[in-house]
Amino acid sequence: MIKATVYVTIKQSVLDPQGVAVQGALHSMGYTEAQSVRIGKYMEIKLDTNDRNEAEARVKDMCEKLLANTVVEDYRFELEV
Amino acid sequence: MKFAVLVFPGSNCDIDCYKAVEDTLNEPVDYVWHTATDLSAYDCILVPGGFSYGDYLRCGAISRFAPVMAEVAKAAEQGKYVLGICNGFQILTEAGLLPGTLRRNMSLKFRCHDTVLRVENNENPFTSQYEKGQEIKIPIAHGEGNYYCDEATLAKLEENKQIIFRYVGNPNGSLDDIAGISNERGNVVGMMPHPERAVDSLLGSEDGKGMFISILKAWRDQHESASIR
Repeated sequence: MIKATVYVTIKQSVLDPQGVAVQGALHSMGYTEAQSVRIGKYMEIKLDTNDRNEAEARVKDMCEKLLANTVVEDYRFELEV
Repeated sequence: MKFAVLVFPGSNCDIDCYKAVEDTLNEPVDYVWHTATDLSAYDCILVPGGFSYGDYLRCGAISRFAPVMAEVAKAAEQGKYVLGICNGFQILTEAGLLPGTLRRNMSLKFRCHDTVLRVENNENPFTSQYEKGQEIKIPIAHGEGNYYCDEATLAKLEENKQIIFRYVGNPNGSLDDIAGISNERGNVVGMMPHPERAVDSLLGSEDGKGMFISILKAWRDQHESASIR
C-alpha cells in the first residue's frame, strides 16, 4: 500500500480571490505579517500497489486528468510507503 | 431539428432549457441522461446549468468524464451544435471542448441578477438573429463564472472571433469582460449567462430567444429546408 498526498494550488500568475479575502481577515485580526495567502487543496489517496514507479506515473496521470485543472492550477505530490 | 438536453446528477436548468426549446421553437427535444452512449439522433446538444456532481473538486471536473461527454465530443467533431450554459460552460471547458476555465467570482459572491451582454460576433450559428454590437438583457446565476485563459489563448480567441458575448459591466471579474466564447469552428458555444431564462416577457426579458431561433435557422440553412416559422 502506498499513500499519495496531493497538493493542488492556484498558479502564481493567477489571482486567488479567496486567498485575498482570507489575508484581509487576518490583517483585520491583527496578523499584519501575513503577506499573502494562497488557498489550495489537499488530498490523500491510498493506492493498492507497492510499485513506487508505477504509483508515481499513475498519480501524475490522475493529477493531469482530474485532480488539477492545469490551466490555472499547479500540483505536486508525495508518495509514502 | 432535434434537441438534446443533457441531465447530470445536480443539473437544475434542464427543465428551463427543455421549455425554452419547446416554447420558442416547437421542435422535438429530449432529456438525455449522463449515462447515454449515443447522441447520433440529435442536431443540437444543450448542456444545462446547475451543480453537476455537487461541483465537487471543481465545477464540471467530474461531469466531464460522464459517458455522455465522449458523445458530446464526437458530436462537436461532426460539426453538430453544442451550447453549454453556466455549469454547462464549465463542463465544456473542463472537457477541453472550449479553451480556458471559470474561476471563483472576484467578489466571492454568488451573483444572481440580470446582466447586459454585447453581441461581439453575430456570424456564429447561435447569434445570427442579433446585430453586431447589440446589447441584450440575459440573467446570470453563478459563483464561479470568472473566465480565465492565458494571453496566447486570449489573442487567439480575439483573432478567430471566438468571443461571442462580453458583459457591459463586468459582474464576476472575467478576463476581458468575456461572457461567452466559441470553439475555433464556431459550432460549440459556452456562456455563463442564461438565455433559456430570457425567453418570455414574463421572465423579464425575451432577448435569449434569438439564440434558439438562430440555431434553428442555421440548421435549416444547412439542410436547405423551409424558412423559420
